[in-house]
Amino acid sequence: MRRPPAASTRGHILIEDVVKVYDPAGAAVMAVDHCSIEVAPGEFCMIVGPSGCGKTTLLNAIAGFHSITSGEILLDGELLCGPGKPLAEQGADRIVVFQNGALFPWKTLAENVAYGPMVQRVLSKRDALAKAQDMLTEAGLGEFGGKYPGEVSSGMARRAEVVRALINNPKVLLLDEPYRAMDGLTKSIMHEALLEVYDRTRVTIFFITHDLEEAIFLGDRIYVLTTRPCRLKKVVDVKIRRPRNYEVLSSEQFRRLVEETKDAVHEEAIKAFQSGERELA
Amino acid sequence: MASVGEISRPIIVARSRRSFLVRTVGRPEFWRGLVAIVVFVCLWELGSRSKEWFGYQLPYVGLVPPPSDVAAAWSKVLVKWGYWESWYQSFKRVLTGFLAAQIIGIPFGLMLAVNKYFRDIFFPPFELLRPIPPLAWVPASLIFWPTNEMSIAFVTFLGAFFTIVINVLGGARTIDVRYLRAAQSMGANNWDLFWRIILPGTLPSIFTGAAVGMGITWEVGVAA
Repeated sequence: MRRPPAASTRGHILIEDVVKVYDPAGAAVMAVDHCSIEVAPGEFCMIVGPSGCGKTTLLNAIAGFHSITSGEILLDGELLCGPGKPLAEQGADRIVVFQNGALFPWKTLAENVAYGPMVQRVLSKRDALAKAQDMLTEAGLGEFGGKYPGEVSSGMARRAEVVRALINNPKVLLLDEPYRAMDGLTKSIMHEALLEVYDRTRVTIFFITHDLEEAIFLGDRIYVLTTRPCRLKKVVDVKIRRPRNYEVLSSEQFRRLVEETKDAVHEEAIKAFQSGERELA
Repeated sequence: MASVGEISRPIIVARSRRSFLVRTVGRPEFWRGLVAIVVFVCLWELGSRSKEWFGYQLPYVGLVPPPSDVAAAWSKVLVKWGYWESWYQSFKRVLTGFLAAQIIGIPFGLMLAVNKYFRDIFFPPFELLRPIPPLAWVPASLIFWPTNEMSIAFVTFLGAFFTIVINVLGGARTIDVRYLRAAQSMGANNWDLFWRIILPGTLPSIFTGAAVGMGITWEVGVAA
């Protein structure tokens, strides 16, 4: 079953000079201010910024949930949104794992995972369920396939949600602070599980967080964003060798990277806190 | 503080091999409920007979016939055929009205929820008619329908219909947007969105609407 971690050629995201203004006719809140980010195919890209800085706005623009005001976003050279087309079409090539999880509570984990191939009519219900069960097993969740999301822990549910995304063979996984509400111990298990998935699939990951250590532990490259309106503040390359495990956290290299980056993040967090603005979606 | 412990106790004890009856009778909840009812009936009897027994008539409850008299009167009615005939008739009316309200109300509520144009056109007149009490429809209903039975069924139907529609509409419109986004991004078309997300997501509200609607149809059925 194991796919070789081939070098990825898909999932190249180009965010060019994107501006997002909410309610341009009225309050005109600028959420994103001329932001440019390039994510290489197969890169594990971390977007770090204070709460409410507009990171989710970027993710929503890629996913096709929100429009952009100007600039453009390309995926593998194809225009997702840009001049004349402010809102990207939603598509199974970009799948979001939401902040509080969005498994359908009325479907079992296996039925949830089978949902994509079923509604896209690429597999019959039986085949989709069989493939879903295989993929859950591969992710170490085999015995939970018949359970409903309400019957498993939030950690299990979030892992199943990643599997539900992967079954669609997406070009990019969009993760919106997926582990935000979890305790430290659960989080560390989630991180290792996600790293295992990444090492296996090498799918491009666009991961939003406000947790710097999480970003360094997981990512290849970290984009630190300013507080609202969000601009690019700092780019940090993380050259910690993969596969990574939890021992990385106590390594000299990890500590140096935290040291190097924390001032930039802290500075923006303070600015965000002092402005005391309400968070935007 | 004991009550807190009671609430957090798991409700599912279904694994037990004992019969439903034995399980029910074995529970403290059952006995508390039984005692509560017995005490209530005794107090009622005591209050109703207060004049007779203590020479002082309690307000309100002193005016009501005691439960023993009620039971005696009821036992006389129970043996009459007409009593059971009325039962049957009432059941028939209520069920007809209720089922019709479900069959028409659920799709109507869902249509209001998913189609903006449908909502813009049909919701305002719906809201105009909704405040009319079901019983106020009786005269109109008598004119509309050829038989008395049909008129009564129609009034019970209206009693449930508005509640059901409002519940379905509210339920469908409060489905978490994340579910809709997740489904759409995985390639769901409108048909899938409706059958696999909106309908199951609305089911809890559909049942609430049915429960409340059932109550109203009985009220209306008895009055009509």
